[in-house]
Amino acid sequence: MEKHVVLDHVSVTFDTPRGRFVALQDITLAIGRGEFLSLIGHSGCGKSTLLNVIAGLVMPTSGAALCSGREIPGPGPDRAVVFQNHSLLPWLTAFGNVYLAVHKVFGARETKAKLRQRTDAAIALVGLAHARDRYPHEISGGMKQRVGIARALAMEPAVLLLDEPFGALDALTRAALQDELMRIVADRQVTVVMVTHDVDEAVLLSDRIVMLTNGPAATIGEILTVDLPRPRSRLALADDSRYHLLRRRVLEFLHQRQLRPAA
Amino acid sequence: MMPYPTAKPFDRPAPVLPLPPQRRGHALRQAAGHLRRLLIPLAAPMLGLALFVGLWAAIAADGRIPGPLATWEAARQLFADPFYDRGPNDQGIGWNLLSSLSRVGVGFGLAAAVGIPLGFLIGRFAFFAGMAAPIIALLRPVSPLAWLPIGLLVFKAAHPAAIWVIFISSIWPMILNTAVGVRQVPQDYLNVARVLGFSELQTITRILLPAMLPAILTGVRLAVGVAWLVIVAAEMLTGGVGIGFWVWDEWNNLNVEHILIAIFVVGIVGLALEQLILLVARRFSPGQ
Repeated sequence: MEKHVVLDHVSVTFDTPRGRFVALQDITLAIGRGEFLSLIGHSGCGKSTLLNVIAGLVMPTSGAALCSGREIPGPGPDRAVVFQNHSLLPWLTAFGNVYLAVHKVFGARETKAKLRQRTDAAIALVGLAHARDRYPHEISGGMKQRVGIARALAMEPAVLLLDEPFGALDALTRAALQDELMRIVADRQVTVVMVTHDVDEAVLLSDRIVMLTNGPAATIGEILTVDLPRPRSRLALADDSRYHLLRRRVLEFLHQRQLRPAA
Repeated sequence: MMPYPTAKPFDRPAPVLPLPPQRRGHALRQAAGHLRRLLIPLAAPMLGLALFVGLWAAIAADGRIPGPLATWEAARQLFADPFYDRGPNDQGIGWNLLSSLSRVGVGFGLAAAVGIPLGFLIGRFAFFAGMAAPIIALLRPVSPLAWLPIGLLVFKAAHPAAIWVIFISSIWPMILNTAVGVRQVPQDYLNVARVLGFSELQTITRILLPAMLPAILTGVRLAVGVAWLVIVAAEMLTGGVGIGFWVWDEWNNLNVEHILIAIFVVGIVGLALEQLILLVARRFSPGQ
């Protein structure tokens, strides 16, 4: 598989009032094109920081982060982010929020009609055509997160970065959105990096699961390849022994080898 | 309540038709509920106003200030011809009001043109905030009228001096609220701007300004309130045509009914200005 995103001995330290804080230490990882990779670990282990390095929102203190063979210079629309708390702009409707991104990415090359068409297609893709003219405060948490996903996908990014995208949702909504995400990603050959703390979510969605050790100075503890055939169905997997074995290995890592730090 | 047989079930048969009267009672109660929901928001202010007028009449009874009826009669005559013009010292209340409003408009408009960009810089850049903090802290508590002599000295005329007082007194709420508004824009929105690759200008126009708009409009609303508060006092001192000078003039004429009318007019115009800005705020910041 072609290497799409490469992290080469990446370390990130933050200067805080109480001195230097090493968030990530010596992360080396190659993510293939079209791969679905999950980052899992306890709270505060630097999963989101690692995602932000790929997004270009955080610069590595040492080491190199590359995308398509070139050093990541900063944030850019080729690497779309779905934020944990949806981050929709409250003064724009669902359509307006998606259109803002579409206009920025394609506005210079395409007509207004084409941009509107793209926006509507992205909204329809996440099943929100009926709510396109609603404002964020008028729709549910699950719908907001769908708009966030539509906004990211509408940019036609090469890399889709998901920061605990379903963490704030109830279990049923989360399952529905996970299924939808699997369907959408399968159609589009997009590289996905997802931060999660949900073991089932990681096993269900991922090709590989990167397990991070506890911070500070978190690093990669273990990488688990999920070789379950696709398309995957959560019902069929419920009786699948391989699924349970994989799940057990992630749980062992999280709860035996990396005991939760005293909260 | 329906009596329910508990002690001796065979002794007293249950009522045969318990439902219809109960349902009718329910409908009645529901109608009363609707009526109450409609009336209470109306009745409370009405009662408040009635008490106020009653109190006024009681205080006026000994003849030192005119009562509600005398004031109402004077107001009817006054508003029969609000736009007469008999020279610079005797014009209708409409002219006086418009003149005050235009002074407030100019002074407040200049304050917005300076205060909102200044507040933006102070909120966005810590260095500007540090520079401005001592000046704002020192000047903001100064009574607006203390600036009047400076205005008279610099502009050598009453009219621009009054505008200057409006400017200096209404600029603070706009600076401070705009600065707070910038600082409170969530980092998430700025991250969205960064991921989309917005330039600094695009970030300002597409993200920061709309996100700040409610805070800016709060500043504008407070500033209009202050400006309208101050104009009456400023015009009392500067003279000319204006509602404040009109009050002073009527005091010299010992026409107390007109002073009371002016108080109501100033109050109603101030209320209208505030409502107007709230309307604008609701129109331009949906969902916030």
